[in-house]
Amino acid sequence: MKVEQISIFIENKSGRLADVTGVLAESGINIRALSLADTSDFGILRLIVNDSKKALKVLREQRFTVSITDVIGIEVPDSPGGLTSLLQILDQNNVNVEYMYAFAEFSGDNAIIIFRFDNVDEAIAALSSHGIKILPSERITSI
Amino acid sequence: MNLSISIWDRNAECLPREEMRQLQLQNLQKTLTLVATKVPCYQAKFKESGFQPGDLKTLEDLSHLPFTTKEDLRVNYPYGMFAVPMREVVRIHSSSGTTGKPTVVGYTKGDIKTWTELVARFMTAAGVTEEDIVHIAFGYGLFTGAFGLHYGSEAIGASVIPISGGNTDKQLMIMQDYRSSALVCTPSYGLTLADRMEKQGIDPNSLALKFGLFGAEPWSEQMRIELERRLGIIATDNYGLSEIMGPGVAGECLYKQGMHLAEDHFLAEIIDPDTGVVLPEGSVGELVLTSLTKQAFPMIRYRTRDITRLHYETCECGRTLARMEKTRGRTDDMLIIKGVNVFPTQIEEVLFQIEGCEPHYQLIVDRENNMDSLEVQVEVNEHIFFDEMKQQRQFVVQAEKRLATVLGVSAKVKLVEPQSIKRHEGKAIRVIDRRTR
Repeated sequence: MKVEQISIFIENKSGRLADVTGVLAESGINIRALSLADTSDFGILRLIVNDSKKALKVLREQRFTVSITDVIGIEVPDSPGGLTSLLQILDQNNVNVEYMYAFAEFSGDNAIIIFRFDNVDEAIAALSSHGIKILPSERITSI
Repeated sequence: MNLSISIWDRNAECLPREEMRQLQLQNLQKTLTLVATKVPCYQAKFKESGFQPGDLKTLEDLSHLPFTTKEDLRVNYPYGMFAVPMREVVRIHSSSGTTGKPTVVGYTKGDIKTWTELVARFMTAAGVTEEDIVHIAFGYGLFTGAFGLHYGSEAIGASVIPISGGNTDKQLMIMQDYRSSALVCTPSYGLTLADRMEKQGIDPNSLALKFGLFGAEPWSEQMRIELERRLGIIATDNYGLSEIMGPGVAGECLYKQGMHLAEDHFLAEIIDPDTGVVLPEGSVGELVLTSLTKQAFPMIRYRTRDITRLHYETCECGRTLARMEKTRGRTDDMLIIKGVNVFPTQIEEVLFQIEGCEPHYQLIVDRENNMDSLEVQVEVNEHIFFDEMKQQRQFVVQAEKRLATVLGVSAKVKLVEPQSIKRHEGKAIRVIDRRTR
């Protein structure tokens, strides 16, 4: 259920984002989802790709600082309040969202949101017990 | 140029050169005898060199003795170099050191008196009289700057405003309301005051300011021109270091032809910093100082690491004391930032103490809005890279806090990508100093 997300340290200067995506493109790696957190000096680029092992390898070869983090993809009803009810479940179970970002694609009538939790396993258990659908990682990387 | 010249201690400051050398020799013999009986570190140095105080027949014989370095002070931290029992010490001062441990120096009542006299000398030379209101914007504390100028001003009979550092708006209010006529601070802070005055629309001519006595940082002639123009003052340089005494070792007169060195209290040599060989008169090299009258903390051949040149011709002001050029830089890579000594090695140590951090780093020293700034660029690696921004920010904040604690001056930490710091023949270039010297 967990999805491997790749995080990359990038300095906040022009062209660096394109350098990363260029390296991935050259290796035929497709980006599924992306989020960028930044400060005035640096940013952390988070990617879901179709082949995380390969992406990790090529990025390291190009001397990028990278890490792998487990995240999960969740289907959220594409209607007002859809996200709220999900967040309430997490809150009741004391699971904290470290960050989250949305997929551009939809799964049927649902939106897909990527979450990073402080405790991934507890989050999965809490969500599953409430009938929330967690997407299999193959689904996500092959969207 | 015809300036009205006032001399605080004409007997000492205008002593004929030959008499000065006689006086220096007598006091040097006394000092060597003192340290040979009281200070183990010097006893070891005499033993090592096979030279005894009684062997000193001329001033030149001093070159038989080894140098004293910051490392000696560190090894003997805190009181190992003191030549008197603590009951005779009335004051402790210190400056930052290479390993996070500061250098500790002590003063007897007599030392404080000498210090006061020597500061009064250079302040008088810089134009200060009993009519002046002296605005001391050096920080009061372990640093010697503020106290030295404070004592000198009082000895002259000037009125002291011990405002200390910081709070620029308040400084300006007091400067206007209390009619400060002589400003004492670092040259960079002088420019900060000028900037703020311009911002607030304060005309420097509306102030009572006449003189600026700047020290504790190296500064250029260009900066003097700017300070004089923008503050409407006569700006002079002064020199000192806590290991020797603090401010008062040397200071410019109104002719600004070099800083008159208090040679009756300090013997100066210029050496080749690489070989340690004493260089002939007029050479540029590292300044080495020996105290001649100090009681609590005598220093024999202390390597100041400051590069300068000495001139011995009598000054237009009439003083015969040697004149020391503005320091041109340092023999080691010590940085002086906001008047505080900073060593790249200290920064390295802080970074290494942080778990998982064995980084490549570079120091960027700059002057922003006329204040020194220090940026520590650290190449990120997988041990110090976190997927979460909160943790990444925390790492930066933690590093900045530790640096501020150890250095005594704030530093901005900037994470940069691997390999982004330029290497020179495999070695990273540690310091980029963008300040104009």
